[in-house]
Amino acid sequence: MSTFKFGESRQAPESTSVTTRLARQAYAQYDQSVQMMDRRGFVGTVLSASALVLGVCVRPTEASAAPAAWQPSVYLGFEADGTVVIMAHRSEMGTSSRTTLPMMLADELEADWKKVRIEQALGDEKYGSQNTDGSCSVRDFGEAMHKAGATARLLFERAAAQKWGCQPGDVMASQSTIVNNKTKAKLTYVELLPVVATLPVPKESELRYKTPDQYKLIGKKVPMVDERSILVGKAVYGMDAKMPGMLYAMVERPPVYGGKVKSFDNSAALQVKGVKQTVELPGFKPPHLFQQLGGVAVLGDSTWAVMQGRKQLKIEWDNGAHANYNSVDEKKYLMDTVLKPGKVVRNRGDVEAAFAKSAKTHEANYYAPLLAHAPMEPPVAVAEFKNGKVETWCSTQDPQAVQASVAAALGIQKTDVACHVTLLGGGFGRKGQPDYAVEAALLSKAAGKPVKVVWTREDDLRSGFFHTVSGMHMKAGLDADGKLNSWLFRSAFPPIASTFAPGEQYGMDVETGMGLNELPYDVANLRSENCPAPNHVRISWLRSVAHVYHAFAIHSFLDELAAMNNTDYVSYVLKTLGPDRHIDLTKDGTKPWNNGMPVEKFPIDTGRLRRVLEMAAEQSGYGKKKATKNRALGIAAHRSFLSYIASVVEIEIDENGKLTIPNVWTVADVGKVINPDRVVAQMEGAAVFGTSVAMMGEITAMNGRIRESNFHNYPVARMTESPRKVHVHLVPSRELSAGAGEPGVPVIAPAITNAIFAATGKRIRELPVRRTKLV
Amino acid sequence: MIELKVNGQPRKFDGDGDMPLLWYLRDELALTGSKFGCGMGLCGACTVHVNGEPVRSCVTPVRTLAGKEITTIEGLSANGTHPLQLAWQEHAVAQCGYCQTGQIMQAAALLKKTPKPTDQQIDAAMDRNICRCGTYTRIRAAVKTAAGVKA
Repeated sequence: MSTFKFGESRQAPESTSVTTRLARQAYAQYDQSVQMMDRRGFVGTVLSASALVLGVCVRPTEASAAPAAWQPSVYLGFEADGTVVIMAHRSEMGTSSRTTLPMMLADELEADWKKVRIEQALGDEKYGSQNTDGSCSVRDFGEAMHKAGATARLLFERAAAQKWGCQPGDVMASQSTIVNNKTKAKLTYVELLPVVATLPVPKESELRYKTPDQYKLIGKKVPMVDERSILVGKAVYGMDAKMPGMLYAMVERPPVYGGKVKSFDNSAALQVKGVKQTVELPGFKPPHLFQQLGGVAVLGDSTWAVMQGRKQLKIEWDNGAHANYNSVDEKKYLMDTVLKPGKVVRNRGDVEAAFAKSAKTHEANYYAPLLAHAPMEPPVAVAEFKNGKVETWCSTQDPQAVQASVAAALGIQKTDVACHVTLLGGGFGRKGQPDYAVEAALLSKAAGKPVKVVWTREDDLRSGFFHTVSGMHMKAGLDADGKLNSWLFRSAFPPIASTFAPGEQYGMDVETGMGLNELPYDVANLRSENCPAPNHVRISWLRSVAHVYHAFAIHSFLDELAAMNNTDYVSYVLKTLGPDRHIDLTKDGTKPWNNGMPVEKFPIDTGRLRRVLEMAAEQSGYGKKKATKNRALGIAAHRSFLSYIASVVEIEIDENGKLTIPNVWTVADVGKVINPDRVVAQMEGAAVFGTSVAMMGEITAMNGRIRESNFHNYPVARMTESPRKVHVHLVPSRELSAGAGEPGVPVIAPAITNAIFAATGKRIRELPVRRTKLV
Repeated sequence: MIELKVNGQPRKFDGDGDMPLLWYLRDELALTGSKFGCGMGLCGACTVHVNGEPVRSCVTPVRTLAGKEITTIEGLSANGTHPLQLAWQEHAVAQCGYCQTGQIMQAAALLKKTPKPTDQQIDAAMDRNICRCGTYTRIRAAVKTAAGVKA
């Protein structure tokens, strides 16, 4: 049993990089924990994870006691009837992590997939990081899945050999059965269970892994395990979770970040039929982390009752320090700030000297607004506080963050918070911040009953965590022949860091390491600077995070430089990329963030970037078709989440300036692909998500209040606004599996605006595009 | 007292007639296949059929439903075998899946009225439903498969 503990200082997952570091520390533990667990560990695991189905079984302390079932790893168990139980410890929000990781284990185990049941794991440190973000489920846990599967399979092979009195080499596993190669006799895994649990655990060096030609699931189209239940309306999301005797609750939260309740009158609210009580929630203590915002909650016996009751509250607010926050002023601040030097996060050569000597220079400033995640299922959690412990059913990307946050709010131990993870109706980063679970737990304690906190869409857009707003400044120096000799890149954005350190104005390595300090181009003089910006709302990560705005600026600027040189993006970038090589950021004084992974394993490989760019150009006919004023192609190629993606977007603009997208071609090199159809689906979805970002997404504040409230004024792409066709090509690769959920997003916005430039000559430097008249 | 039918079963409702159908279905009848996404009839996640017409249950007060027949995703087909559910499976449409029951109910109403829809008719009907995961190309393909029209 793992005795590993995450760092005591860990209040919440501070960043993707911290998560990754923690996951890797935990990883060292899997090397042991994948092997046999002791009895205590087993009971703890199984009873907490799935008491109803696996609770009866323990590994015997005496060899004579035949077990009814067996659990050789935290991720794997067997029931007495032969059902293979695989623990899904990552959250399912549509990327198919609940299918893809278990299918890796099942394949390596040579289990019959039809007899596998997936159990969703409770939040528990023993699984390693469960923070389903950073496009890292396969990357960080694929190896552990293989190891668990290979360990159990070897034990079945040895158990069979022992029974038959032959050598392990004489037997072969096939679909939950061991076959004797000589006698053709068969023993099923379930028949071997009593023997297998008595055998010593093999050493890692004894494990033999399947070769790719032996895979039966990996590399194939495997449907999501929840597909059927989704299509008949039986799948359980957080919104569908219920606990016996629970009350419903909605919270009227401070309209301004950091605001507090001065006084309130609940008399009218309590008159509403079905409303039982109101509870004042205190505000957070800085840093806000994933704490509750505070406000007044209305509790009652139906969603409708508390929705009506909340409208009747009369609250006087102390709006606090951010009551003058306006997006218009913030934009001006950011665009001014990036004209001044910032903190250097990468430097090569001397850009200023190079600019002075350049034949030409070019400058451009870019802006991207605040965004909301707007998952179709708004945040929701149900929790019960009882006897000093909390049990919660929660739509969360990170059940361990739920444990930590709820425990901190209630002054109990993390291990006294049992977090069940439901399916997520979308996450996109928002559901890694479990403030809503904290609210549910606090309200349950106050009410003495289980409480389900439901956020409305208005709550989600006004009181959520936001993708940050950014200003960026670019300056390039060119030789007389157009060659790029120097590049200055400045970026200012209220950082995610402010969620963990109050008032922090500079990005953490996650943010600067996503696009700002890792330009892969062959430029003699290069400087990246991060300029300060204070936060006035809660900032978190949204699908592809800082790449959203950095990629927009980088690839727009490259397109501008190409146009200055009377060429196109592809020709110019191929030249600027230089020879195929691995980029060493340390030479420029930069510690590579690299999604927390060592560059030896995941180098910044310009050859892979070049290849996807060339392939996307080829497949789309980029450069061959001439742009017209109402139809054109735009392209961008970008490395993010250790993957290499190029997308070409074809746009059409009608006489009224309405833009449509007939085609997107995406070429993705994400390393080794496990479940190809699901990776294709992620790229298709990313093209739509990127279209929302580019064309329409914008959250604004006036007097500290968020102005957008629902899909009428915070539109997201609908069917006819989305790319009509998305042609996805996955590059066959034997490289390590990298990210798939996020890296399809960053290229879309610049590809769209580059296409608009090709069609109209208008250079869009501010998102969203809908703010600009195209004709 | 309001009498109505939900998935063929007679029901009597004596609560607040202003309550939208969605909350009656979800909180009282435990039919949670219809989802809450916006509460303003903008996203379509809550789509059900009222006398065969697609309706946004989140903005449809129960008091307007006396004598009406409601069909939810749970009542669309006996075993999830509606041609649209099968086509959704064939095209592996769902990602997070939260909006898909509403999408299917919207598409089912379209095909009932227009068994062989054109691209434009599909667009017009399905543009009213939002999928934040961005499964639109597969939704369109699945509707066509179910309708037996050329992809």
